Amino acid sequence: MNVIETSGLGKSYGRVPALRDCTLALPAGRAAALVGPNGAGKSTLMNMLVGLTIPTAGSAAVLGGQPAGSAAALDGIGFVAQDAPVYKSLSCADMLHLTRNLNRRFDQQYAEARLAELGIPLKKKAGKLSGGQQAQLALTLALARRPRLLILDEPLAALDPLARQDFLGTVMTALADGVSVLLSSHALAELERVADYFIVLASGEVRLAGDADDLLAGHRMLTGPAAEADRIAGQHSVVEVRRAAAQAHVLVRISGPAEPVPPGWEAHPVGLEELILAYLRAPGGAAQPGPAAALRPEPTEVAR
Amino acid sequence: MTIDKGISTAGAGAAGSPASGGDAGGGPPRGTGARGAPSPIEYRLDPASGVPTYLQLVQQVEHALRLGYLKPGDQLPKVRDVVAALAINPNTVLKAYKELETKGLAAGRPGQGTFVQATLTQVALPELTGLRRSLLGWLASAEETGLDEDGIVALFTSVLRDFYDRRGGADRHAGGDVRADSEGAA
Repeated sequence: MNVIETSGLGKSYGRVPALRDCTLALPAGRAAALVGPNGAGKSTLMNMLVGLTIPTAGSAAVLGGQPAGSAAALDGIGFVAQDAPVYKSLSCADMLHLTRNLNRRFDQQYAEARLAELGIPLKKKAGKLSGGQQAQLALTLALARRPRLLILDEPLAALDPLARQDFLGTVMTALADGVSVLLSSHALAELERVADYFIVLASGEVRLAGDADDLLAGHRMLTGPAAEADRIAGQHSVVEVRRAAAQAHVLVRISGPAEPVPPGWEAHPVGLEELILAYLRAPGGAAQPGPAAALRPEPTEVAR
Repeated sequence: MTIDKGISTAGAGAAGSPASGGDAGGGPPRGTGARGAPSPIEYRLDPASGVPTYLQLVQQVEHALRLGYLKPGDQLPKVRDVVAALAINPNTVLKAYKELETKGLAAGRPGQGTFVQATLTQVALPELTGLRRSLLGWLASAEETGLDEDGIVALFTSVLRDFYDRRGGADRHAGGDVRADSEGAA
């Protein structure tokens, strides 16, 4: 089952496109990271998935085909918007009370136990909590609804390192219990530990999407003489070429680990951060969206 | 692959999720406080090591086995506890535990967790891997000739007995690099 499925999804504000032709399929049981620069369309995509924004093109479905925004879809989604909004003048107990009455399903026992574990007093006003505690409160409210899909928009932005660790620990525990996760963030190093699926957005387009291990196995960095860089680049599906006077690094997509290395060149595996940054830098036309394109099985010119 | 139930959590348990074992999320939330003895070890992560996270966990278990911090029958840290403490993906922990199972060092018990099943104090894991590989090769050829599982077990047991009988059984237990623990091997 796919917890998220979009097809040609797009949103324009007037003539300004915020997201274009977004086609994704996220399998259940994964923690997917949504990465990209500010204004790339991350929040737009998330808001459309939870029905807060109406698409101007294409379609979005969640939790195995439920139309995004439908009652059945919303019932199974826990969403924490950017800046973890809580009603500042309400006490934590009142926040629980409110959320319980606004939802069909709410696990009061879990919510209270979780807040106690975190040392967050029920009587305290939400606005008086630290940034990390407010984020944990918002996450607790979302999880107490027993969602099957958790969507978190930049949940780490306002958190100190310890709060980040605690917050992500809670999210990963939910994942271990079978909740699928989609979260956006700029914290690539942290995402590498928690996410097993990556979706890279830039300028309103999906630049790359796929399982983390598949993405790493599907790329390599070729290093060799700059004079041959163009010839090598011509023989491969290239993501990015970085060239100095003598030496060049060419990031290429490969069909498998057995693909031969051009003579005189070295091949190195790439890291996720390196890979994502290269896709973000690459101009839109150069990158192919999706692992299917990146990992296509037919041999490249070199292999023939 | 089993996610340990131990402490109360969110999540109704989505069906068909690879991260949730058959029994995860099914029962009512339990109170804090895990059953049984806690694991004798705790993992740490070294982000600067360049070693993949799952491999760091595998290496830390092997290290603890060599140094005797872990003994057969001991429980490895529960997946849920590890992901909560280190904020890492549960599939990473499962991958590490699967690797330890493949190496014959640990075994999963459905609904309980993963337990140490062998000791490494006499070490030489590469040799064990080599032996395992040659045994797998032998098993493949045995199957090819038409032996079924029972036939293979019978043949192996018979040859094993002959082998030690001929030596008079003197060094019967001296050769094993990894000693399986009968209780943990259940």
